[in-house]
Amino acid sequence: MYGNDFSAEDTAGGGLLGEVEAAEAALREAAARGRRGAPGPDQDLAAYFAEVVEADQKIEPRDWMPEAYRKTLIRQIAQHAHSEIIGMQPEGNWISRAPSLKRKAILLAKVQDEAGHGLYLYAAAETLGISRDELVDMLLNGRQKYSSIFNYPTLTWADVGAIGWLVDGAAIVNQVPLCRCSYGPYARAMIRVCKEESFHQRQGYEILHTLAHGTPGQKAMAQDAVNRWWYPSLAMFGPPDTDSTHSAQSMAWKIKRFSNDELRQRFVDMCVGQAEVLGVTIPDPALRWNDERQSYDYTQPDYDELMRVIKGEGPCNRQRMEHRRRAHAEGAWVRDAATAYAAKQAAKREKVAA
Amino acid sequence: MKGPFDFTLGLADDALVAAQRLAEWSTRAPEMEEDIALSNIALDQLGAARLLLTYAGELEGAGRDEDALAFGRDDREFRNCLLVELPNGDFAVTMAKLLLLSAYQLPLYTALAACADERLAAIGGKARKESAYHLDHSSLWVKRLGDGTEESHRRMQAAVDEMWPYTHELFAADPAAPVDPATLRPDFDAVVSAVLDEATLTRPETTWAPAGGRDGVHTEHLSFLLAEMQVLHRAHPGARW
Amino acid sequence: MNSQAHSPLWEVFVRARRGLSHTHVGSLHAPDAELALRNARDLYTRRQEGVSIWVVPASAITASSPDEKDAFFDPAADKVYRHPTFYEVPDGVAHL
Repeated sequence: MYGNDFSAEDTAGGGLLGEVEAAEAALREAAARGRRGAPGPDQDLAAYFAEVVEADQKIEPRDWMPEAYRKTLIRQIAQHAHSEIIGMQPEGNWISRAPSLKRKAILLAKVQDEAGHGLYLYAAAETLGISRDELVDMLLNGRQKYSSIFNYPTLTWADVGAIGWLVDGAAIVNQVPLCRCSYGPYARAMIRVCKEESFHQRQGYEILHTLAHGTPGQKAMAQDAVNRWWYPSLAMFGPPDTDSTHSAQSMAWKIKRFSNDELRQRFVDMCVGQAEVLGVTIPDPALRWNDERQSYDYTQPDYDELMRVIKGEGPCNRQRMEHRRRAHAEGAWVRDAATAYAAKQAAKREKVAA
Repeated sequence: MKGPFDFTLGLADDALVAAQRLAEWSTRAPEMEEDIALSNIALDQLGAARLLLTYAGELEGAGRDEDALAFGRDDREFRNCLLVELPNGDFAVTMAKLLLLSAYQLPLYTALAACADERLAAIGGKARKESAYHLDHSSLWVKRLGDGTEESHRRMQAAVDEMWPYTHELFAADPAAPVDPATLRPDFDAVVSAVLDEATLTRPETTWAPAGGRDGVHTEHLSFLLAEMQVLHRAHPGARW
Repeated sequence: MNSQAHSPLWEVFVRARRGLSHTHVGSLHAPDAELALRNARDLYTRRQEGVSIWVVPASAITASSPDEKDAFFDPAADKVYRHPTFYEVPDGVAHL
């Protein structure tokens, strides 16, 4: 009820969900257009790859691809998957204390969805020739990162709302263009994720809306949460374009479609109107409409802070990793038991068949 | 003798407290796929709890809705069985609890689906399908843990030994209730025995039969569970969420 | 023990509605077929019931090599399961 009319511009179907549907339609249309087969025996593979990408068709798992393309995708999809899994923790923190049974059910379902999204994404990464266990190991030993936003604590119930509105909102702005990514399995996973995410953002917005129209205590809680989550959400789009290392190549490969700053601006422009409807104040005194640019001027987040959090010095980095490592380690005997049981059953079947 | 309000409240509290415990596994399960499965089961129990609490509130006629009943009562007013309030323990304990609970809830909801009270019959009709899935899921795991590795067998047997005494309370006779729990025992025993046999596990011999949940006399654990569950709701009296 | 070798990959196919064929929806890990089927239900049908699910060990699938694609597929262009696509979750079935 709140979530679909956020877009700054009109698009097919309206709003971000409309863009997801448009991306899906484009995917089908591109597939139908040229049933382009494999390269001929004397054709240059790199040129063929470039042609497919240029024609907005999808690269599929067994196609030839540049090694750097494969590595970039693995890194990006894995970090995305890790973010979904680690991202369960800050909100999961409030499941046991959700203030009504309806809210408890919605939050539990949402956190469950995030586990599902993590699994869709691990599966997409696996099509590139890496196993989920390898990816999980890289998360657990710190060689791969997850989104830094999840290293901030959820101190009150309103944080669950702020995460839904701002963090999921920023994530969707980031992810919607990925529905058009040149790598087929990632694009398809993102279409599915984005459709489910729209419910997440909606529930967050609704929580904040209810709080902001509630008791003085609830209003204060809502504003405090927005104050704490606003700048970290802006930082989710990554460093400014001038400092971004991977962007140009990813744009050329159509893994990435817009720059960090473009997406950040788009997010700010969307949030201003939504904040007004909510009745909360965005904590940026410099925020104002710029008629010339047809966009809002705003204060940049503290990128030094972002770098510190990425480096491991955010409030909850250690706690989040420790939590994940413990769950993994404490589950080892269960996974081993299932493996042993499967082996016993297989042996029994072989004996019967023999 | 207890009236329909107490009976309905007992079922509701079983489901609510079970949901609260199962949800504690979120982000902590042994495998990510299992995280999703446990959340599903918690959501089923929570859904049943909400329907039952709403109906209990109507039966009571004092204007209490699902949230007033869930968040406004102290542990002495809760009517759940002790089994569901016991801590999760390791994954074996949780699966033992779920096996015993679902092997009780399945015949209970099935019988309820055919009872004279239309509301309870409708709730039973919906919930029994979910219970069948919970029973399937827990049976699957009890077999894998029981007949898996030496360590898993040891843990699973210990879990069954620990939880078994709490099953007796589930079947205390209540002839006036829409479904007399005592009539469900043979079905329960048959189902559980078959699973334990296949899992190479044994049923413990014990005369200890802790009880009291249906009368509001609980273990020490429930008060902590409720303190956490109710803290935010109670801190803002009258607020909407 | 390294669970990697023992929790194999399964491909999941779902019949979303009566009258439609099973469609590839994704993959998952599970130590055996029974668990794979349960996991598939929880992962890929969270928003709807009454579907039919197949799970197939990924190792049991023989795929054509990309080089043969034209010759192999042109006579059988209707084999949609070769072009995995996530099936659509109907809107409005979400939890709100």
